[in-house]
Amino acid sequence: MSWILAAPIIIPFATAVLAFLFRHGPEGRWISVLGSAALLISAAILMTNVLADGVLAAQMGQWPAPFGITLVSDLLSAVMVVITGITGLAVAIYALADVDERKEQLGYHALYQVLLAGVCGAFLTGDLFNLYVWFEVMLISSFGLLVMGGNRQQLDGGIKYVTLNLVSTILFLSGIGLLYGMTGTLNMADLHSAVQRVENPGLLVVVAVMFMIAFGVKAAVFPLFFWLPASYHTPTISVSAIFAGLLTKVGVYALFRMFTLVFTTDVAYTHTILLWVAGFTMVTGVLGAAAMNDFRRILSFHIVSQIGYMILGLALFTPLALVGAVFYLVHHIIVKANLFLVAGVARRIAGSTELNQIGGLYKTAPLLALLFLIPAFSLAGFPPLSGFWAKYVLVKAALEDGGYVIAGVALVVGLLTIYSMTKIWGNAFWKPHPAGVHPTLSSIAPKDRAALILPIAALAILTCIIGLFPEPFIQFATASADQLLNPDAYIQAVLGADAPGLALAEVTP
Amino acid sequence: MELLVAIMVGVLVAASVHLMLARNVLRFLFGLVLISNAANLTIFVAGRLTPESPPLIPYDADVPVADVANALPQALVLTAIVIGFGLFAFALTLVYRTYQNLGTLNSDEMRLAEPKDDAHVATENKTYIAREAGQ
Repeated sequence: MSWILAAPIIIPFATAVLAFLFRHGPEGRWISVLGSAALLISAAILMTNVLADGVLAAQMGQWPAPFGITLVSDLLSAVMVVITGITGLAVAIYALADVDERKEQLGYHALYQVLLAGVCGAFLTGDLFNLYVWFEVMLISSFGLLVMGGNRQQLDGGIKYVTLNLVSTILFLSGIGLLYGMTGTLNMADLHSAVQRVENPGLLVVVAVMFMIAFGVKAAVFPLFFWLPASYHTPTISVSAIFAGLLTKVGVYALFRMFTLVFTTDVAYTHTILLWVAGFTMVTGVLGAAAMNDFRRILSFHIVSQIGYMILGLALFTPLALVGAVFYLVHHIIVKANLFLVAGVARRIAGSTELNQIGGLYKTAPLLALLFLIPAFSLAGFPPLSGFWAKYVLVKAALEDGGYVIAGVALVVGLLTIYSMTKIWGNAFWKPHPAGVHPTLSSIAPKDRAALILPIAALAILTCIIGLFPEPFIQFATASADQLLNPDAYIQAVLGADAPGLALAEVTP
Repeated sequence: MELLVAIMVGVLVAASVHLMLARNVLRFLFGLVLISNAANLTIFVAGRLTPESPPLIPYDADVPVADVANALPQALVLTAIVIGFGLFAFALTLVYRTYQNLGTLNSDEMRLAEPKDDAHVATENKTYIAREAGQ
């Protein structure tokens, strides 16, 4: 059973080694694509197993549960790994045409695969210190990808990204140390019952807030998001897209895991902080986006604003709100990565991502316009696309919980999202090109064109499918939220059926 | 013993925060090294300091006979030191490259990725030193 859990980590690492060895030839990029496809397949196998058998857990090296490193997958972990596989494959195909040979020789594909391994590891681990290690794996490869090529904007953005993320890492590490000192365990399932026995609950809340800040930096929430809009628009488009899709979501996932499984002793305090954070994240993000004049910088700020919605679901901490949050998480990764990929094609044929230097895309490249509209409308929450259902469930949960203000904020932010999307639409697509260029997709070589358009179209179709047939996805999110709120199954899978903490396992929403 | 280490952690954090508040990125980096050591010491002391009881098990026994020191925090610290060292090496190289390319380490002047006047970003801002070192 353990290979099913380990495969999504081992496959990208093995691919990374091969891609590094073959980095000087064209084989490297195809190894990357094949490896990503294999990752997607292994993720699908994992998903079918989790759906059939419930929560899966495996002890690495046969060390029994609270002592060794546990890999564990519930529905949330499984769906995150699947979505990593999907975006990973899409961006790997896109990179065939997007990443130049110089970056390939520097080891782009190897670093990219290590990044995927780190992301999958973070989703699958059941041990807190191991989570720290996966964060570092992810971080070091993202550093490399971010500054690869080394133009001056990249270095400038890289400095901010590196320094602020390192600070968050150190907070995370100190939090781990203090939590271990209080409970004597680092296994997340074991922590669930161990934290309830801590003699000083006040100290526990302090540690909880340390984790909140550490993961908050990774997830780019207000007021800790400044590294994101400073750096995400600088690297190659493929890198931007995979960062935008996955990296911040690992922080969100870690927040979900810790604040549903471990830090539930003082929900009234911690989750109220999260609620304020969610509101401010949504508003500042979307206002930042409204002020920007660059395709990719608008999208970067939108990541921040969308993270707010996910945190909102966690902060409300009702079953319905968590359903919305899980749904939002999945929908957002697909849509956001796709928008960055569209921005890349727009830059390729129109010459820039600066909105005042491009234009005319609607007239001469209508296919691209359509492929932009689908994720853009989905992000803003137009029915019948996926974003509508995500927002609908969240707002409904907020209203049921009596949070009229936060529901209002969520709706207004949706409106402002449309505003900044209209800005991109009006400038990049409707306005004539200022230099008189007629950007067409046929200006790209046919082979490159296929590699660029195929992943965008696939992700757009996926968005439409989720939007048109939301029922199975909502049902899945409901089951997943149920697992988050009642972690019995998770704890049983990790620690065995007679685990000591099960009597305490009821979480009051 | 615990008190002594706790005070040491406090002093390290204070010094590193002072360094990290500087505009100079290099000073920030030195602050980061100090604070990562403070974090390591925190883990070390959180695992309880029990001197003179090494975690050794007699040859013919399966479990230790007397109370022994907790070896896990030391393993964690060791991992964290290795990772921290790697990250620091990268960050140092990055700062050096940035200095070569931008000609400054003042974080206030690093506004290439987020220019103040972003309506005219394409025309390269003249206040930055346009030295194309290493290219």
